[in-house]
Amino acid sequence: MPEFTKLIHKYLRHEKKFPHVWCPGCGNGIVLGALIRAIDRTGFSKDEIVLVSGIGCSGRMSVYVDFNTLHTTHGRALTFATGIKLANPRLQVIVVMGDGDATAIGGNHFIHAARRNLNLTALIINNQIYGMTGGQYSPTTPLGALSSTSLYGNLEQPFAIAELAVAAGAAWVGRSTVYHASHLDQLIETAIRKKGFAVVEIISHCHTQYGRKNKMGGPADMLRWQKEVAVRLEKAQTMTPEQLRGKITIGILTDRDLPSYTREYRKIQQAAQAALKGGG
Amino acid sequence: MGERVEIRLAGSGGQGVILAGVILAEAAGVYEGREVAQTQSYGPEARGGASRAEVVISDGEIDYPRAMQPDILLCLSQRACDAYVFDVKPGGMVVVDSGLVQHLPTTRAVALPFTEIARREVGEGMMANIVALAALVTLTGVVSLRSLEAAVAARIPPGHREAARKALEAGAAAAREYLNRREAPRPTA
Amino acid sequence: MSDTGRVMLLQGNEAVVEGALAAGCRFFAGYPITPATEISEVMSVRLPAVGGVFIQMEDEIASLGAVIGASLAGAKAMTATSGPGFSLMQENLGFAVIAEVPCVIVNVMRGGPSTGLPTHVSQGDVQQARWGTHGDHPIIVLAPATTRECFDLTVLAFNLSEKFRIPVILLSDEVVAHTREKITLPHPREVEVVERLKPTMPPEWYIPYEDTPRGVPPMASFGDGYRYHVTGLIHDVRGFPTERPDEIVPFLDRLFRKIHQHLHEICRVEEFLTEEADLLVVAYGSVARSAKRAVREARARGVKAGLVRLITLWPFPRRWLEPHLRRVRAVLVPELNRGQISREVSRINQGLTRVEKLNRIDGRLLTPEEILGRLMKM
Repeated sequence: MPEFTKLIHKYLRHEKKFPHVWCPGCGNGIVLGALIRAIDRTGFSKDEIVLVSGIGCSGRMSVYVDFNTLHTTHGRALTFATGIKLANPRLQVIVVMGDGDATAIGGNHFIHAARRNLNLTALIINNQIYGMTGGQYSPTTPLGALSSTSLYGNLEQPFAIAELAVAAGAAWVGRSTVYHASHLDQLIETAIRKKGFAVVEIISHCHTQYGRKNKMGGPADMLRWQKEVAVRLEKAQTMTPEQLRGKITIGILTDRDLPSYTREYRKIQQAAQAALKGGG
Repeated sequence: MGERVEIRLAGSGGQGVILAGVILAEAAGVYEGREVAQTQSYGPEARGGASRAEVVISDGEIDYPRAMQPDILLCLSQRACDAYVFDVKPGGMVVVDSGLVQHLPTTRAVALPFTEIARREVGEGMMANIVALAALVTLTGVVSLRSLEAAVAARIPPGHREAARKALEAGAAAAREYLNRREAPRPTA
Repeated sequence: MSDTGRVMLLQGNEAVVEGALAAGCRFFAGYPITPATEISEVMSVRLPAVGGVFIQMEDEIASLGAVIGASLAGAKAMTATSGPGFSLMQENLGFAVIAEVPCVIVNVMRGGPSTGLPTHVSQGDVQQARWGTHGDHPIIVLAPATTRECFDLTVLAFNLSEKFRIPVILLSDEVVAHTREKITLPHPREVEVVERLKPTMPPEWYIPYEDTPRGVPPMASFGDGYRYHVTGLIHDVRGFPTERPDEIVPFLDRLFRKIHQHLHEICRVEEFLTEEADLLVVAYGSVARSAKRAVREARARGVKAGLVRLITLWPFPRRWLEPHLRRVRAVLVPELNRGQISREVSRINQGLTRVEKLNRIDGRLLTPEEILGRLMKM
């Protein structure tokens, strides 16, 4: 059996919940593949992994994988994940969100999770649009782009999700695209292994909603677009702002050692328990 | 239902009126084993503004937890006195800080300079609430002075216990001196 | 140091914390709000000392999200808030209902709507507690009236929540929350604590949302080895999303059935002087205390008044009220809103007797005098 078929049999609920809801050519499948390859490399058992997802096309990912899975409310995935991790720090909690999910309705939860630094892995699939509801503009839709709620062109500046995560204090932030699949495997694996809040922004595409309205072609054309605009961080550092206009840097944007929330909280528990004993 | 005594303590935010209510309630409930309910009203401000605490003490179940017609009223400001003095049960007792309540609406009121006593004999004006409580308890006997001392010792941080002890003594002494001068009216309830 | 067995003077809010800890609560997530904040403050000190976790989240949506997550990971979990925060929790409250995640939500009612009267009492959230989250759903709501009851009903809230896998709302109010009363905390062995049923079968046989005679399937915690799916979508017995009518209907029916076939375990009222009463007062929370006083005073004046104090507000204890409605001359429902429970009493009354209401909406507690005055005119 080929290696990948083995992974499919091991990690997917293939007998129960397929075919999936995603459009043919969607980037979500590539992310799903990268995720199970990365988890397999980390060696965690399926019982140790909790996959938490939000609402939207990406939110359906939790249905398909054979872990402890939780499909939450829109934007709130990180809050549920926070409770799971605090109640059982031995669990490896991975959160999958979309761009609208994580940075519009869940934007506040996202920056606070970044600053709090629980040992969580947050994957944000950024396809620059609300796909499931029919292609409305999201916080990452480019300026001037067309969507079903911005038929005259989008007036709003987009968020740069990875940079937002760095500014909010995340311990580890990386970015890749679904075109750079093997790079993505490595980034997700590193993010899961990172002790601290780790964010992977994954540039993806929604040819059905975004590509069609903005005349960007089919999935292959949009993957080609990702290849063209992506610049490795090492190379980007040698380029001028002028040269970087319209480009997307990929790689590890930040990696810092910060005090782990659960470890620090254990110290508080120990101090409080000692005080309780000391006080008779 | 047993005998029900209602006490209202009123003043301005920051005078320790609510703490005084809590201490009095603890003296009655924890140290004398009686039923007790303590309530307060407060506004959004942490200092200043009107502040009011009520303590209901009973030997039976306390249904309504607030004062309907107080047997005892302590006022630490003119505003509190003006607002509440006429709510007191006929034959009830009104105790005021004579330094803060210049205009007394009734001759029945017991006026003692709690804040001045706290400054002069304890060295801390902040202890006026404890001075007043000791005087109130001495005048009315709603709880014993010993129970009040125990409740104060349990609530006041160690660094302030000596001052609190002085405040209790000074308040009780002022009340005794008042009682010696004149038979104070007692609550009827 | 354990306070158990000790005589203490506690606020209702503090007694809620004691009750929660006695019931086995080991996780609390909250956001500061008057008049519920004391619950967070005391929890932040007490929980780590018993090996539990306290966290202050970025808002009330996040607080309930974290509580649900913690419960799924096996912890008994709680949050506490007041009106504005309770409004924000409605979204995740519905999630806890549909995913059948046990948790306790304390709402200390203050004056509303909106920011309203933050430091003043109200009972304006009674219907919100019933219907606040969208969609048809069952819910359990308990209303304490004393400090002691804040302890007891918090324990009961956890027990019912664990037993029936449903969020339970403790609907307190500002007067109950802030009144300090003498309380003798019971010894732990005097407190009955209920734990959720866990699966005992091998993981491959576990059907997480399977129907059972009680209607409550056993619940595995994440990490127990039973890998299953939890979702806010309507799901089949395995937990996976479904749009099939033959799966939707049995699932939703079971959600209601698990509550309605156990009403006798859930519905509680306190009757006071109701024998041969011809005037009945129906009250709950802090107002019930004024009502009790008014009933006593009315009896002293020769008026045959009685009180049914609702302890369980939802499901509405209809069967416990109906016998009285058949007998009494009139019913008075005093409350701190424009008539949220009197509406329910009128609904079940169906012409049996006359239902009058007495309402106060200025942030002040109805006094015994006001209730007595109305009783004397009835």
